[in-house]
Formats: sequence, C-alpha cells, structure tokens
Amino acid sequence: MTTPDTPGTPAIEVAGLTSSYGDQPVLRGLDLTVPAGTVYALLGPNGAGKTTMVRILSTLLGADGGTARVAGHDVRAEADAVRRSIGVTGQFSAIDELLTGRENLRLMADLAHLPRTEAAARATELLSRFGLEDAADRRAATYSGGMKRRLDLAMTLVARPRLIFLDEPTTGLDPRSRRDLWQVVRELLADGVTVFLTTQYLEEADQLADTVGLLDGGRLVAEGTPAELKALAGGETLDDVFLALTGMEQNR
Amino acid sequence: MSTMTYAVRDSTTMVRRNLKHLLRYPSLTVTVIAMPVVFLLLFTYVFGGTMGAGLPGDLGSASGDPRADYLHYLTPAILVMTVVAVAQSTAILIAKDATEGIIDRFRTLPIARSAPLTGHALAAMVQTVLGVVVVLAVALALGYRSDASVAGWAGAVGTLLLMGWAVTWLCLALGLASGSVEAASNAPMPLILLPFLSSAFVPADSMPGPLGWFAEHQPFTPVIETLRACLDGTGPGSDAWWAVAWCVAISAVCFAWAVRAFGRARNG
Ligand SMILES: Nc1ncnc2c1ncn2[C@@H]1O[C@H](COP(=O)(O)OP(=O)(O)OP(=O)(O)O)[C@@H](O)[C@H]1O
Ligand SMILES: [Mg+2]
Repeated sequence: MTTPDTPGTPAIEVAGLTSSYGDQPVLRGLDLTVPAGTVYALLGPNGAGKTTMVRILSTLLGADGGTARVAGHDVRAEADAVRRSIGVTGQFSAIDELLTGRENLRLMADLAHLPRTEAAARATELLSRFGLEDAADRRAATYSGGMKRRLDLAMTLVARPRLIFLDEPTTGLDPRSRRDLWQVVRELLADGVTVFLTTQYLEEADQLADTVGLLDGGRLVAEGTPAELKALAGGETLDDVFLALTGMEQNR
Repeated sequence: MSTMTYAVRDSTTMVRRNLKHLLRYPSLTVTVIAMPVVFLLLFTYVFGGTMGAGLPGDLGSASGDPRADYLHYLTPAILVMTVVAVAQSTAILIAKDATEGIIDRFRTLPIARSAPLTGHALAAMVQTVLGVVVVLAVALALGYRSDASVAGWAGAVGTLLLMGWAVTWLCLALGLASGSVEAASNAPMPLILLPFLSSAFVPADSMPGPLGWFAEHQPFTPVIETLRACLDGTGPGSDAWWAVAWCVAISAVCFAWAVRAFGRARNG
C-alpha cells in the first residue's frame, strides 16, 4: 500500500536494538539508518541474527530493548502503520501451495483491497514479470524451488510497498535467476522503493547495495559502501572483508 | 471504507481461500464426515438394541423397538459429534497454515488480525452444514423421524451452528497454541471424549455419583438436551439458556485466545 513519503524521514531507523531468545542474546545493541530510496544489505554468517532483525523490523517479533522506526512509525506502537508501508519476503517460502500462482497473487491483491479488474490485471502483470505465465494456473505445490521463490517475491510486490524486506532472496537460485532478481531490485530502486536485504553472497551486496552492514556477534562490526568496506579490510573483494572482520570477532 | 467493512471484506477473502482448500483436498471433508456416520451405524446396530432397552420409559419414542428408540435418542448426539469432528479438523488446518510460513505473510499485512482465523471458522461452518445434512440423511434412512416444526428445525440448526462456532474457535486457539501439526491433531482429543461424559449417549442420571454430576453440568449436556427438545418438538426450557450462555462464553474467550495465539504463532 502506498503512503506518502515524508521527505527526509529515513526508511529505517534503529537505535540500541537488543533481542534474545530465552537467555541467548542475538542482537546486542544495534544502530542503523537506511535513507529512503536506497538499498541496504545486511551481511553476516549463519546465526548472526539477520532473520531476527528482519522479523523485528517487519513487526513479526518484539525486540527486548532499543527502538526501531520503519517508514517513520514505531514498529511496536504503530505496527499497523508500519505494515501499510512494507512488503516482506521471508527466508522461507510463504506461499499457499494449494492455490495456483495466479490465485496466490489474487489473494494478495484482494487483501490489499484492489478493485476487481485491477487485481486481475496486477496478477497477470506480475506473472509475466516473473516468468510464471506458463505455470500461472498450476498449483504452487508443483513449482520448482526457484519458481516458488519468484512467486513469493511477486506476492510481496502486489500492493506496491515503498519499503521491501528480502531475507536471503537469492539463496537456492541458479545464477540466471539470481541476476533476474538483481534486475528486479534495481527496477524497484528506480521507482524510489527502499530495499533492505540480507544475504550470504558478498557479490550480491557489492552489486546492489548502497550501504553494507556486517553483522556478527549481535553487533554491526562494519558498515559503509562496498568500496569503503573493501578499503577498510585492505582486501580486493567483500569476501576478504567478511573473513577478516568476522574472524576478528571470533578471536576476541 | 471503515475498519469494520475492511474486516468483513478481508474475512470474505480468507473464507474463499479456505473453501478452495477444502475443494482441493476433499478427502479431508470425507474423512471428517465419515467418522460420525460410522458412529451412527455402530451405535445403532451394535449397541442400539441393548442401549435402547435400558432407556427410561419416557425417553424412548415408545415405538416398542429398543433399537429404534435408541436411534431416536442417539441422533442428536451424533449431530453434535459431527460438529466437533469438523472443528477438530480445523485445528489441524490452522496448525498447517502456521507451519507453512503463509501465516507470517498474513501477519505482516495491514489486515484485521482475526481475518485469517475468521476465514477458517466460516469455512468450518460450511463443512458443518454439509456434515449435518449427510448425518441426518443417514439417520432418516435408518428410520429416524422427528416431530419438529419449522421453528424446531430452526432451533436445532441454530444450536448446532452456535455450538460449532464455539468449538471451532476453541480448536483454532488449540491448533495455534500447540505449535505443530501433530500436536494440533491431538490437542482437541478431549473434545471428542467429552460428549460421552454427557447426556449424549445415555441419560446423565444413569451415571454414578460424581460422574453423573459432571455430566449434568458440563456444556455438552444443555446443548444436546436443547437439540433433542427442538427435534422432538418440545420446549427446551432452561437448557436452551445454558446452551447459549456456554457457547457465547466459550466463543468469546476462545476468540480472544486464538487471536492472541495468532499474534505469536511462529513459523516452526
Ligand atoms: N525461534 C527461535 N528460538 C530460539 N533461538 C532462535 C530462534 N530463532 C533464531 N534463534 C537463534 O538466534 C540466532 C540468530 O538467528 P537468525 O535466524 O536471526 O540468524 P540468521 O543470521 O538469519 O542466520 P541464517 O544465515 O542461517 O539464516 C541463532 O543463534 C539462532 O539459533
Ligand atoms: Mg536467516
């Protein structure tokens, strides 16, 4: 759902965010700001807390401490206002496998309260944009992993959110689908959409992100443009940065 | 549009989704409805002769045939079991939703929190009507006859739906709180047993001391007695008030519980 962006309001503002599962701390005082209309890539090893971060910012999980504002609204106190501005593609598939691809998109369009004809048109448009026309009227259960992933993302875009969370959007995709997805992210950016993504692939962050944050041990251990991070670790690639910085953290 | 209008619209969208599921997975509905039909046959033909002979005189329809008398006593009980069986399957469906990640998607949408649950509840009502029609048809084929007037039938259907609404919300809450599909299929087990400890299959006052007291006072007894009275064309009296009060109270508490559990349910 589109909401007028207040100029100057960051898309995401996080200060001192802490979170834990039981007595195991996951996030230990995290600060970050994502300006509207940019791509932020959150990088980190398995278990670093990337998904936890996305779940907090998308109102699925309450934080223990600190504040998080998304699209200018507090994620806890104004969850519904946040939900009106965001679209979320989680790490794990969130499609209805008993419905067809088209029906999944229609479901999202109906829940976004699009008028009937517009809903049908939007579903058709997204099916072709994600190369799912041929499978449109087959049950999603019969889709391949990559097709499910694309349908999942298409469902997120139905309501034209201004801020999109993508949790490891290209994990399990072949190189070609990965490039297609990068193209989708670039198109979203061209439309002024803000994208917050998590990834294991450093190349992906390098390709897409305006800002990269490296999450390890519950804190951001480095943050900057891909070029700044490479300079920081004195390495050629973000891989060097990743290994240098997350390694440091382990030897602490 | 107002919040209320949106809530209704979102619930309608969700019912459509759930009904599609039922159509694409018809074996579930068939299994759910087959169970009470088997109970009806079992209780009529295997236990019916003995049970009917044991019914106090005023409870039989005085047909002179114990089996027919017991079928008459039993039919409302089987209708109640049908409603419970449908509700129980709803616990499994919502738990399945919760483990498949789609619930997380719904929870990030600006829709009424209750809409996905209301979708399940209303779809369960459609299944309930279907189940009640099938079970009644089988009962009629076996020789069940009712003296109910139009008002009596309306009362019977109303009682069944109201009870269905209450146990469905209970099952939705149990299904969400249980955390896995396996646990969700076991959680409502007591609901299937509870009618046996009511006046469903034998009169409550035929049970020993504390059991009889429990049977007398648990929610299924006024519901079944109301149903029986409606179908027999007699007035249900205070049982109807108890039935309505129980159902409204259970619906309200379980609705709040289910919506809360839905807010917390996590992709497992
Ligand atoms: N439901 C949960 N209960 C208990 N601990 C959890 C739960 N979810 C996550 N954790 C723990 O929190 C930590 C962070 O998990 P999270 O899923 O956020 O990591 P991640 O960075 O997304 O990892 P990955 O790259 O493997 O997806 C991990 O140590 C994980 O074991
Ligand atoms: Mg993750």
